[in-house]
Amino acid sequence: MSNLTDLTIARAQAGLAQGDFSARELTDAYATAVEAGRELNSFVAETLDAARDQADASDRRLKDGEAGLLEGVPLAIKDLFCTKGVHSAACSHILNGFKPPYESSVTANLWQAGAVMLGKANMDEFAMGSSNMTSYYGAVVNPWRREGDSRPLVPGGSSGGSAAAVAAHMAVAATGTDTGGSIRQPAAFCGVVGMKPTYGRCSRWGIIAFASSLDQAGPITRTVEDSAIMLRAMSGYDAKDSTSVNTPVPNYAAALGGGVKGLRVGVPAEYRLDNMPAEIEVLWQKGIDWFRDGGAEIVDISLPHTKYALPTYYIVAPAEASSNLARYDGIRFGLREPGADLRETYCKSRAEGFGAEVRQRILIGTYVLSAGYYDAYYLKAQRVRARIAEDFSKAYEKVDVILTPTAPSAAFAAGEKMDDPIAMYLNDVFTVPASLAGLPAISVPAGLDDGGLPLGLQLIGKPFDEETVLRAGGFMEDAANFMAQPQWLTEGAAS
Amino acid sequence: MSGIIHGETGDFEMVIGLEVHAQVASRAKLFSGAPTEFGAEPNTQVSLVDAGMPGMLPVINKVCVEQAVRTGLALNSKINLRSIFDRKNYFYPDLPCGYQISQYLNPVVGEGEIEIDLADGSSRTIGIERLHLEIDAGKSVHDIRPDATHVDLNRSGIALMEIVSKPDMFTPEEAGAYVRKIRAIVRYVGSCDGNMDQGSLRCDVNVSVRRAGEPLGTRCEIKNVNSVRFVMRAIEYEAARQVEVIEDGGTIDQETRLFDSARGETRSMRSKEEAHDYRYFPDPDLLPLEFEQSWVDELAASLPELPDARKARFMADFGLKPYDAGVLVGDQDFAGFFEAVADGRDGKLAANWVTGELFGALNKVGKSITESPVTAAQVGTLIDRVSDGTLSVRLAKEVFEFMFESGRDADDLIEEKGLKQVTDSGAIEAVIDQVMTDNPEKVEEYRAGRDKLMGWFVGQVMKASQGKANPAAVNKALSEKLKG
Amino acid sequence: MAIDKATVLRIAGLAHIEVEESALEGMAEELNGILAWIEQLNEVDTDGVEPMSSVVDMTLPQRDDEANDVATRDDLLANAPETEGGFFVVPKVVE
Repeated sequence: MSNLTDLTIARAQAGLAQGDFSARELTDAYATAVEAGRELNSFVAETLDAARDQADASDRRLKDGEAGLLEGVPLAIKDLFCTKGVHSAACSHILNGFKPPYESSVTANLWQAGAVMLGKANMDEFAMGSSNMTSYYGAVVNPWRREGDSRPLVPGGSSGGSAAAVAAHMAVAATGTDTGGSIRQPAAFCGVVGMKPTYGRCSRWGIIAFASSLDQAGPITRTVEDSAIMLRAMSGYDAKDSTSVNTPVPNYAAALGGGVKGLRVGVPAEYRLDNMPAEIEVLWQKGIDWFRDGGAEIVDISLPHTKYALPTYYIVAPAEASSNLARYDGIRFGLREPGADLRETYCKSRAEGFGAEVRQRILIGTYVLSAGYYDAYYLKAQRVRARIAEDFSKAYEKVDVILTPTAPSAAFAAGEKMDDPIAMYLNDVFTVPASLAGLPAISVPAGLDDGGLPLGLQLIGKPFDEETVLRAGGFMEDAANFMAQPQWLTEGAAS
Repeated sequence: MSGIIHGETGDFEMVIGLEVHAQVASRAKLFSGAPTEFGAEPNTQVSLVDAGMPGMLPVINKVCVEQAVRTGLALNSKINLRSIFDRKNYFYPDLPCGYQISQYLNPVVGEGEIEIDLADGSSRTIGIERLHLEIDAGKSVHDIRPDATHVDLNRSGIALMEIVSKPDMFTPEEAGAYVRKIRAIVRYVGSCDGNMDQGSLRCDVNVSVRRAGEPLGTRCEIKNVNSVRFVMRAIEYEAARQVEVIEDGGTIDQETRLFDSARGETRSMRSKEEAHDYRYFPDPDLLPLEFEQSWVDELAASLPELPDARKARFMADFGLKPYDAGVLVGDQDFAGFFEAVADGRDGKLAANWVTGELFGALNKVGKSITESPVTAAQVGTLIDRVSDGTLSVRLAKEVFEFMFESGRDADDLIEEKGLKQVTDSGAIEAVIDQVMTDNPEKVEEYRAGRDKLMGWFVGQVMKASQGKANPAAVNKALSEKLKG
Repeated sequence: MAIDKATVLRIAGLAHIEVEESALEGMAEELNGILAWIEQLNEVDTDGVEPMSSVVDMTLPQRDDEANDVATRDDLLANAPETEGGFFVVPKVVE
């Protein structure tokens, strides 16, 4: 029997179904991996005992022929998801000790499908960041290293712990959330598959809010097939979320295969940035060639407002966040720093509880909503957002899916890009437009850069057309034949 | 209460606008499924949504939307088929999310107008600026411990309709009549119980003063006034205060004030001094509230008869004066009681009995119409006994007093107490004969031409019959017998 | 630039976040850098464009008026820093 932690969801399920191993054995193998991988700091809370109980229950259901969609599959859950009675802090000090008396709809769906929770995955505080450096619980180490360079690299963010855990085989798969690229960019940095579905596809109920009009949960997996399987289990209408869309959840895995003949693949001119590393250009061109060779029609398209997506995002997301994070006041939960009076207690608790990045975004958000600036910043941004969405609608009159790089670089070392916030924001330059338009998008590992680090390509689809995105993603995955493994796996934890 | 303040330097008029916060009658809160019971143990009527727990999301209550639209229709106001919920951001311990979900630029109900009735019989039209839906905050209790405030979130998330008037009122009386009218309308519609004691209906009062003909002055907002009487007193105090400030050479600061009902004063709220910047923006957890005109039409068709229509009907059907009709319809229970009494009877007579005797008696014992010891049917029978001559009005009033004390039927009491009017001519003639026999000199004088003595004879006969003789029968028999 | 130290203080006051006097200058500089970068949005012609507050193309769903969702008081208060007699407790509010 091969190493259990090397199995994908699909193969693990086959093994479980055939009785090659038990769910308990699978979970035990992952529990060992989680414990052995602590130096990566992927998990901020381990729930291994509870995981073993869940696995035992899975074994009973497997025996009774009642297996769910994800029966016995051990997952890492991003700390942004509220999990009943378990550490749920958005990796912020302000939620110190918070254990929600409720379970998020998405994780409830996963447990309903038989999945097993290994623990809570590290992330940027309140999902604000692209490097996982802003977590109160410390940085996550990317299991990949640059060739000939022992410096630790960031896993990307904000779902950095999730992506690192999946890449280092400490979980079969993980949940992530994506507000401006927080699933896709870390997936690209860690050489795994990250899928952000259409806004409204997964319920936001019970997910700690960052920016409500953008936040969307999705799977981080090792393969596109796993992404399809897990997305199906996560998705679904939820009457408790007013922005949840009531449309049936297809069997996404059934959409895979069948090639891309006749598929119209758009290549947006505006994603060709000045100063973009040549290797990204080369990879993108490779992707185009794969699709052309596969019989797809390559269509040059224009998304003219692309360059305005980032500044738009950096108004909209902080504005919503400044309001969403007002509830962290030290009264009903979380950190309270005593002050001389109520106001000082508020101000000290929030200064102490929020990290620098979160504080800065709250201040920007407060400013752009404040009297005299609302029209110039917030309303303007919402109008530009409409323009960006319109760009996509027009493009989809001519194409079925859009192919772009996922990020403008491979993973960087901790400390790089830290001085200049805008340089950090640029990590999300290719992922933010689809977030603003609410579109489904996937990042698939497609090659390595000159330093041997993984690079991803992104496919963006029409609203609720996850099936085409996954089908094209599966095709690209096959074409890329990405077999590289992080040093963490090939050389062992000590290297 | 006049709206003119005679200052030392001349006359000022007051300008008043009102914001009425009416708690929507619903089982569950505006955006959660928590119950809305009044007076429960602290923090027992709260959902995780109302407590602003991380990741919790609002979902709007259909009935609250319906109630707002029905109320808007009853206020003769424009119904907006598309409206937006915004977040009003500020920190307060009983505001769990750090924002209130409200409607700012696009309320569900727009402009309209209502009629108010004044005691002099006149009525005035008052403009409605808007009605919007919003959530209530929790309650902060400051007197459990000297060093702490205790927070109860039971009210957090309860649906409120904020009904904003135009600054169209110029006297405390008009403001009082406006609040009473709004209360009557929401009660008729059934969208709010109108109970000011329990805070189901509260008013924020905007008051400014100006010299006649000048533009509007700076206004002060008096928060959370919870009775009609206090609204009127607060306005009177506040307007006088503002005139005094202006005449002393000062200026009015736009500020929020509290009404201290014990002292009858308004005073500045220190805690609200901090400059507010509410940073309204559309709540991204919600979508625009949209509905069809056909649905609005259905609601309009199913509205009950409203106070103005009922008033018009009372005037037409029962010949009531506008003010009396207005008073009657002002309270739905009262109007219903009256209508049951008036059914098939003389309307004016019914109105006199209900607004006079019954209302007076209820006031005296501090009971509401729903607690009345006599039923509408009982009052009706009493009126019938006057009409059929069984009772004189004087006797009927006596019977009513017994009825009010005991709750018993008029007929029983008439029988038991022997209060029946004597109409039997033989019995009356016997009394008259006795009176004439006892006073031969008066009979002579009458027959000699002193017609005025008729009244004296009637009085003597009524006295001898202990008031039970039918006055008409007495008159008739007396004039015949005295003729000789 | 648009944001000076006083503005940072005012915004931080609105956001209820304590800021050290010594940090004001640096924060003003950072915020100005970000806002200057955001200014490029002014290049976009948005005349007649409706602001987009949601990407979801549907109307607001409405729930039935059922009182069926109440938290137990224990659950409600379990994570609170201070409670007493079923209440949340905060430092004295001055009215």
